[in-house]
Amino acid sequence: MKRKKLFIRDLLDQTRDINLQLELLAGEQGLDKEIVSGDVNRPGLSLAGFFDFFAYGRIQVFGLGETAYMRKLPDDQMKEMLETFFTYDVFCCIFTHDVRPNDIFMQLANSKNIPTFVTKFRTTRFVSLWTHAVEEYFSEEMTIHGSLVDVFGVGVLLLGKSGVGKSECALELLEKGHRLVADDVVEIQKIDELFLFGTSAEIIKHHMEIRGLGILNVREIYGIGSVRNRKRIDLIIMLEEWDEGREYDRLGIDEQKYTILDIDLSYIIVPVRPGRNIPVLVETAALNHRLKKMGTYSARELDLKIQDIVKKE
Amino acid sequence: MVEDIVYINSDAGVHARPAMMLVRTAMKYPCEVYFIKDDIEANAKSIMGVLALAITKGSKLIIRAHGGNEEEAVRELISLIENDFKEGEN
Repeated sequence: MKRKKLFIRDLLDQTRDINLQLELLAGEQGLDKEIVSGDVNRPGLSLAGFFDFFAYGRIQVFGLGETAYMRKLPDDQMKEMLETFFTYDVFCCIFTHDVRPNDIFMQLANSKNIPTFVTKFRTTRFVSLWTHAVEEYFSEEMTIHGSLVDVFGVGVLLLGKSGVGKSECALELLEKGHRLVADDVVEIQKIDELFLFGTSAEIIKHHMEIRGLGILNVREIYGIGSVRNRKRIDLIIMLEEWDEGREYDRLGIDEQKYTILDIDLSYIIVPVRPGRNIPVLVETAALNHRLKKMGTYSARELDLKIQDIVKKE
Repeated sequence: MVEDIVYINSDAGVHARPAMMLVRTAMKYPCEVYFIKDDIEANAKSIMGVLALAITKGSKLIIRAHGGNEEEAVRELISLIENDFKEGEN
């Protein structure tokens, strides 16, 4: 799987989902370095002269402790300390709490081309935002053939063979006011070992192909309310040609699971046949999924009621 | 399963029209056909899938097919690409 690449320069992009509010102070020449890990390092110990296990390849987060320590050192000692610090190939430095580094630090960072930023965030807040902002670049990924639609807030992934009507179903759901995330090609990411998030391949984002109509720009036709960029996948619906020989679920008491990237998701097989209104079935399945998540299990409850009546008689 | 490698020569890469020609060609065969570029796999029978690969001049493309008429499918797709998407010249 090809991984999207993340460069230090990208962190300055104000349009990203998570704005780290970074201001570049020094080391502009180093902005094109690729970020290969989401780990961070607090360089306190290194500043104090202990360089064993110094994780210089990570981003270095200077909090109030680090800056206070540097302020306390006499200039000559600080210069010596920072020169040693910068003999390592330090990846990037970030100062939190809007506290700016001293001139000696700035000069060294500039001469070594080490990108140095300041942010208004507190250190813990910054680290948590950072982890969140970069995790999608370091998570497990795969691409799947299907359509992802946000139906009443439930991320529904429609699967099925070519030509079974996934896109047509997605189109009708859009028409009903639901939102398209991706059509045909869904890029799936595993987040926190718990969730799967789907997005569209960037180049075909917000587009879909409907046989007979060709390629449509959904965002232009239905408006900005009809699309979203990313959605957690909650429910998988497999569209299948109706097979007379097959037994379809008539009760819905047991929940079936479909596994993607080692994560189990609720799974429903919906047989397709002329006269069946698939988008309505998908909507109802999404609502029923929400109901279950909120603790109401229609099939099981009806079953309990019937068992109760049977016992009384 | 049949697999072959082809390099894209046409200056414009695989934009909408060539993508459609590839899909149309793949659709003629019952086998499953996949294009693989930079380890990303796309269903060759899906326009959006092929466009999502963003195939440009010089791209290396692996064509993989399994199922009925797999040999012919791969052969025809390769000849289409090698002829720079000029139909009817192979």
